[in-house]
Amino acid sequence: MQLVCPAGNLPALKAAVRQGADAVYVGFRDDTNARHFAGLNMDDKQFDGAVAFIRQHQRKLYVAVNTYPQPKIWARWQRAVDRAADHGVDALIAADPGVLDYASRHHPHMALHLSVQGSATHAAALKFYAERYGIRRAVLPRVLSLAQVKQVAASSPVPIEVFGFGSLCIMAEGRCHLSSYITGESPNLCGVCSPAKAVRWSEDAEGLSARLSEVLIDRYTPDEPAGYPTLCKGRFLVDGKRFHALEEPTSLDTLDLVPELTAIGVEAVKIEGRQRSPAYVEQVTRVWRAALDAHRSAPASFVVKDQWRQVLAGLSEGSQTTLGAYHRSWQ
Amino acid sequence: MKLSLGPVLFYWDKEHMGRFYSDMAGLPLDVIYLGETVCSKRRTFSLDQWLGLARELKACSPAQIVLSSLTLIEAGSELSSLRRLCDNGELLVEANDMGAVQLLIERKLPFVGGPALNLYNGHALVQLLDAGMVRWVPPVECSRGLIADVLEQVRELGRPLPEVEIFAYGHLPLAYSARCFTARAENRPKDDCQFCCINYPDGMALTSQEGQALFTLNGIQTMSADVTNLLADYSGLVSCGADLLRLSPRAEGMVEVVKAFDQVRQGGMPPLCVDGCNGYWHGQAGMLRVEEVGLC
Repeated sequence: MQLVCPAGNLPALKAAVRQGADAVYVGFRDDTNARHFAGLNMDDKQFDGAVAFIRQHQRKLYVAVNTYPQPKIWARWQRAVDRAADHGVDALIAADPGVLDYASRHHPHMALHLSVQGSATHAAALKFYAERYGIRRAVLPRVLSLAQVKQVAASSPVPIEVFGFGSLCIMAEGRCHLSSYITGESPNLCGVCSPAKAVRWSEDAEGLSARLSEVLIDRYTPDEPAGYPTLCKGRFLVDGKRFHALEEPTSLDTLDLVPELTAIGVEAVKIEGRQRSPAYVEQVTRVWRAALDAHRSAPASFVVKDQWRQVLAGLSEGSQTTLGAYHRSWQ
Repeated sequence: MKLSLGPVLFYWDKEHMGRFYSDMAGLPLDVIYLGETVCSKRRTFSLDQWLGLARELKACSPAQIVLSSLTLIEAGSELSSLRRLCDNGELLVEANDMGAVQLLIERKLPFVGGPALNLYNGHALVQLLDAGMVRWVPPVECSRGLIADVLEQVRELGRPLPEVEIFAYGHLPLAYSARCFTARAENRPKDDCQFCCINYPDGMALTSQEGQALFTLNGIQTMSADVTNLLADYSGLVSCGADLLRLSPRAEGMVEVVKAFDQVRQGGMPPLCVDGCNGYWHGQAGMLRVEEVGLC
């Protein structure tokens, strides 16, 4: 099973490669990718450096051009696809049917991976992208149980990549407009969710308040850890009760599932977090490399080491991890 | 301008559903969408019963009847149901998932592209138009300007335009999840949900800790708290190229809603302003209410 790691900048990419990532995925410094955050992603010079470093170390480089272009700015997505192809990247990760069509016609030799933003959760949807655009792999949304992943992998016309670790979208990726409903900017169109520019922190007698476009997402007492106000992870009122009505701040961690995912035939496991620091990328990659290697060399005796868990828990949102939808009870 | 009645997004029992459609049958609706689009566990009607309802409606209403497909397909059994729905042999299908699109292409059937398909530009639209899409319901976050741009791009690409249907009234369907938020709010596991969303015929209200209305929980679907209402924006709907306006069912008051939209399309004056949100239509955050300058 291939280990695919995130890089929001060149130091993160180098850290991923040094720690044993088989592939690294990056985005360009604009809204053509789903982590369009200030100061993040690769400008021309960084991208050139990334390509050179990847080649030198004989790993794979994937480029995410996985947001949905609007007509007036379509040319920017076209250029991003051309730029990835001109650099001979190992795969383009895309979701928009127009972008996939353009890439498959103009750059037939460039491998296409269906982005998680494509929201394809079953064989018939995957067949659409495989038949029309010749995708070589698809990243599954984090909504399926392990049994469902198995079923999809068995019936899919293309190999499957799944998320192994990182921040958890509680909604089916590509099918969530909550952010644009509150802030005007969405993952699909703008490559952001709960954008930083809409965040406002304030402290008063009632505690520390985290707001998004002035909407109160959560309020913390002095003894509570405060997290980034991703709007699906706030505490709200339903029926008079205050709780994490959609989801707690928690991260996906599937180290325990390495044997099952391997047995199912999942081709690659993806680490989330292009917006995270090089230190995060370095530590997560190191743990996952060790786990995958341990499983490969002795599958029967594979156990998740406490030390791996501790490292990953320390890097998780709210220091909590979950098996997410892979575990049936969560669904 | 045609008026369509969207699929019922909430879980209503048989009696409620029967009463609702018998009320709707006598109204000036041009299209009625039937079917379960949110949760496969809901069992008000089987596919055969939906088809039976469609035949009853056809007998007493001139409206075109369309079957809407489930939006988030997770289990193999759901995919089998989707196949049966596409094989219904009678009714046009609204595809709410690329899998439904694929199945309809394989059957060489025309289809409606529902609001849950991510189609945001002319190039993407052309992909589905060439595959048989005859009507496009843009994602609910699309603005008037974006929709006009997409249609212009389709024209530039030399394709005839599909019919365009705008989500003009109702709680906006915003997100879909593996989890059930209604069950979560009742502290029940999803696999023992007891169909609790049937107790909330207009969904469950979610507010901020300050009491600001934010969302409506409807099983695995998260909707807007406010009802979107584009009736005051009628002239903009016409000029942007809308052919149909979708009115999304609510538990109460839909007869009046259909009549109000019908009056305006018959030439009546649109109201200067209405309750509810219309931010998306004006290119802003969806929850906002944008008034035309000087009208209110």
